[in-house]
Amino acid sequence: MKYVDEYRNGRHIARLAEMISREVSREYVFMEVCGGHTAAIHRFGIPSLLPPQVRLISGPGCPVCVTPASYIDMLVALASGGEVTIAMFGDLMRVPGTMVTPAAARAAGADIRVVLSAGDALELASSERKRNVIFPAIGFETTAPGTAVTLTEALKRDVKNFFVLNAHKVMPPAMEMLLREGTTIDGFICPGHVAVVTGSSAFDFIPRRYGLACVVTGFEPADLMLAVLMLVRQVNSRSPRVETEYRRAVTPEGNSRARGYMDEVFEPGDAEWRGLGVIPNGGLTIREKYRRFDAGDRFSFDLPEPEHESGCRCGEILRGVITPADCPLFAAACTPDSPGGACMVSDEGACNTWYKYHIHE
Amino acid sequence: MCLSLPARVLAIEGDMAEVSVGGAVFRAGLQMVEGVKPGDYVLLHAGFAIEKLKEEEALETLRLLDEMDDKP
Ligand code: SF4
Repeated sequence: MKYVDEYRNGRHIARLAEMISREVSREYVFMEVCGGHTAAIHRFGIPSLLPPQVRLISGPGCPVCVTPASYIDMLVALASGGEVTIAMFGDLMRVPGTMVTPAAARAAGADIRVVLSAGDALELASSERKRNVIFPAIGFETTAPGTAVTLTEALKRDVKNFFVLNAHKVMPPAMEMLLREGTTIDGFICPGHVAVVTGSSAFDFIPRRYGLACVVTGFEPADLMLAVLMLVRQVNSRSPRVETEYRRAVTPEGNSRARGYMDEVFEPGDAEWRGLGVIPNGGLTIREKYRRFDAGDRFSFDLPEPEHESGCRCGEILRGVITPADCPLFAAACTPDSPGGACMVSDEGACNTWYKYHIHE
Repeated sequence: MCLSLPARVLAIEGDMAEVSVGGAVFRAGLQMVEGVKPGDYVLLHAGFAIEKLKEEEALETLRLLDEMDDKP
């Protein structure tokens, strides 16, 4: 039991494709909100296995993609000051701010290092007491608990040179915002790993208030195909509800320990999502008790005036309004080697995924 | 970054585990999971185990897939 190969069985996948084809009776549009799903869907060629009536579109669930350009500018400004070390996830390195990428700032002498976790950034601070170490805390309910654990540890150990630049976001309010603003879909492929923490019940408001189908699913091809079948059946029987395909990881109530850490350190707060604007309670704010670790409070920096628009249409892609191929820069001025926007940088970004799997030389 | 991967727990020391993702070894904080032992599978996300995977449920889903296969 390795929890991976078992869900890649070609026989199961072919059978599911056949059942979906047999059961479709109209057009269906389902949105996957998790960037991990977007990557898996294209990696395994799921769209080519589905009948033409079923269309999958990507939503706002790639943490790097929804990080505002001004946040990258802040990181670069902090790192270029000389007294600060930025210890961050490698994915952020090539994300364009309004002026430069962190990678370019590093080449110009800024102290930016790559870590695999918030915990590693805290260790770095503990081993280099003379430097102020800032961890850029991005990501959704999956990543926020790790930041929270790390801050409780920092408080316990009274580490004085460790800070986070917090941009954590939470998913359900963003999904609601899309629906309110008129993104029209028949259902959601709900984010499987967010649901590990929040529980599948976090999405109950979607069928209740908006009458849409919801399936929480895993990241292997059989998981994704089974989720599509479950969604088609919900639509056909007009019985929208939250079903969980990903039972090996997700329960209705979620991981209460992880949420306990989150609640200890953070409270709900408004947050700016790149492309979507400010979402009420769409993010997490550091509570008073942990405020001393908040880099946004502790350090001041001058932000450059934003440069003119680049023409990047990530915002519309994140809302499911257009697909990457609709962006005039896609695969022309914007490629993974020379990205024009965050959606082309991240492995979980829709433009990057489309480029990798749909552009053949 | 936002990827979570199934990882097998190799060894545990206090709150930290050594885990293997298809042979590559990583460190994982265990603060958010309870009662994890070597040999268990966890979901590894940005340096933390965010959940223990449930073998019973995993097998149940596979049984369901197998049953679909049997039907004409
Ligand atoms: S193709 Fe490039 S420029 Fe166009 S939306 Fe995607 S990331 Fe932005």
